[in-house]
Amino acid sequence: MTATRSALGRFPARTLIFMGLAYLAAIIFLLPYLEMIIAALRPSNQLLDRDYLPTQFNWHSFIDIWGTGFGHNLRVSLEVAGGATILVLLVAIPAAYYTARHRFRGRNAFMLLVLITQMFQPTAMLVGLYREFLDLQMLDSIYALILVNAGFNMAFAVWILNAYVTGIPAELEEAAFIDGSTRIGVLFRITLPLALPGIVTALIFTFISAWNEFIVALTLTTSQAAQPLTVALNNYIGQYQVDWSHLFAGSVIATIPVIILFALIEGKVVGGLTAGSIK
Amino acid sequence: MSASRLRASSFAPLLWVGPAMALIALVVLWPVVIMIRTAFQHISPDGFILGWAGWRNFRYLFEEPDLYGILIRTVIWVIVVVAATMLISLAMAQLFNQNFPGRRVARWALIAPWAASVMMTSIVFRWALDPNNGVINVFLHDIGWLARFNTDASDWLGSPGTAFAWMMVVAVFVSIPFATYALLAGLQSIPTDIYEAAKVDGAGAWRTYRTITLPLLRPAFVVALLINVINVFNSFPIIWEMTRGGPGHQTSTTTTFMYQLKQSYIGESAAMSVLNFALVMIVVMLYLRATAKRREDI
Repeated sequence: MTATRSALGRFPARTLIFMGLAYLAAIIFLLPYLEMIIAALRPSNQLLDRDYLPTQFNWHSFIDIWGTGFGHNLRVSLEVAGGATILVLLVAIPAAYYTARHRFRGRNAFMLLVLITQMFQPTAMLVGLYREFLDLQMLDSIYALILVNAGFNMAFAVWILNAYVTGIPAELEEAAFIDGSTRIGVLFRITLPLALPGIVTALIFTFISAWNEFIVALTLTTSQAAQPLTVALNNYIGQYQVDWSHLFAGSVIATIPVIILFALIEGKVVGGLTAGSIK
Repeated sequence: MSASRLRASSFAPLLWVGPAMALIALVVLWPVVIMIRTAFQHISPDGFILGWAGWRNFRYLFEEPDLYGILIRTVIWVIVVVAATMLISLAMAQLFNQNFPGRRVARWALIAPWAASVMMTSIVFRWALDPNNGVINVFLHDIGWLARFNTDASDWLGSPGTAFAWMMVVAVFVSIPFATYALLAGLQSIPTDIYEAAKVDGAGAWRTYRTITLPLLRPAFVVALLINVINVFNSFPIIWEMTRGGPGHQTSTTTTFMYQLKQSYIGESAAMSVLNFALVMIVVMLYLRATAKRREDI
């Protein structure tokens, strides 16, 4: 007690109160994910015990989940999120670069369209998406999920890359032009390397959004083989019984990496989501 | 020569911006057109288009006995969740804007519900509310608020009132991180010399907050609020995973109701979607208006 007081005594009481409150809030926001881990690690005979922690931890559900087809749906998630990320970068980089460097007719209309799509969510137009991909015979296709995820996350990438390119002096590019480089050469050797933090942010953000996407995948997939994890995990929920151990082992595997990834870009996400409004 | 340059320069934007426009057209604009068309089509439950329906889908929708309750519940859902989120986030942003050791780590913890899939967060809450052994019930039992397990009192998701209340708690929980971060960004854009001037003038903490911080925070607050309204209105996984909108449709909002109609009455579901979409459009227009001034320089 006295040791604690002397260690913390350096701080004024105000700071200590803020610290205590902030740590308490931090713990509250982590609790559901701690409970997710604890439930996944409960031995099967202690799964339904009325306590906070089991008497011992058991990794069995993390091992035998791979025998339930989990690996296949994990791959679908990786393909959908990876594909959407690549597609977003392919279409957003040229658009963001050009709109940052040039004024042209239709530029403002394009930026406004991007801003509006950022406010839309696929949920409100689900019926339209379903019938469109039904007509295109692309239900149960990862390409449909890649397209939709890319379309609804492109705006973020355009905003954040546009801001980064605008911040890079055009003189740097002009100097390279004088040296005889082509526009594409300049883009790849000068501009993109300087905009790398923006690219990484857009990349991680798109990947996580597509990885977590639920309602579109639920609507556009019917067979278990085509389902990404968010939908496939629901197959552990039966009508009368829930396979909680596998459900939470799968959730932990799907959640913890993206929380860590998100922490890497945490400081930049708000800027991308509210760009066009807060400058 | 000048003619060819002109042509090149008028096609060049299309080359750079065209792919992005094509993607928006394919997955954002075209689905809206199809959705509106579907709302006026007569489509059988197994998917055959039987012709035009006029306004019949809308009429069936408004004749749904559950619709009235669903609309009221949706209004309550949006207002309560957004109001609670913004109020708590104002306090959280103020707290996390202070200087204290370990602030960075504490902020990282805060993003967990934002980074994690809402579907999985909802499942954890469903598990934690289990009437037999949910950890929330274990806690309530320990502090003496819950007498017995496996009773109506511990079956929170079993009755519509308590189920809806808990789902609003989850919705607030997952909405706070973004709102807090957006308000934090707003707080950090307020120049510190204004505060120093207020101190010189002898203004107290609450007065400073009310007369300086809140007015200057307004733009960030409005943006966070409107983005939140859209997110909360469109929220699907929480209700879907915790109650499926049941019992009956007694915990449905227009979003989950639209999804359930889609399973068998796609025309009526499209009519519901058109209404939902119109509401979203109104909020988007408010957003564009609220942010128009700030956008002039991009």
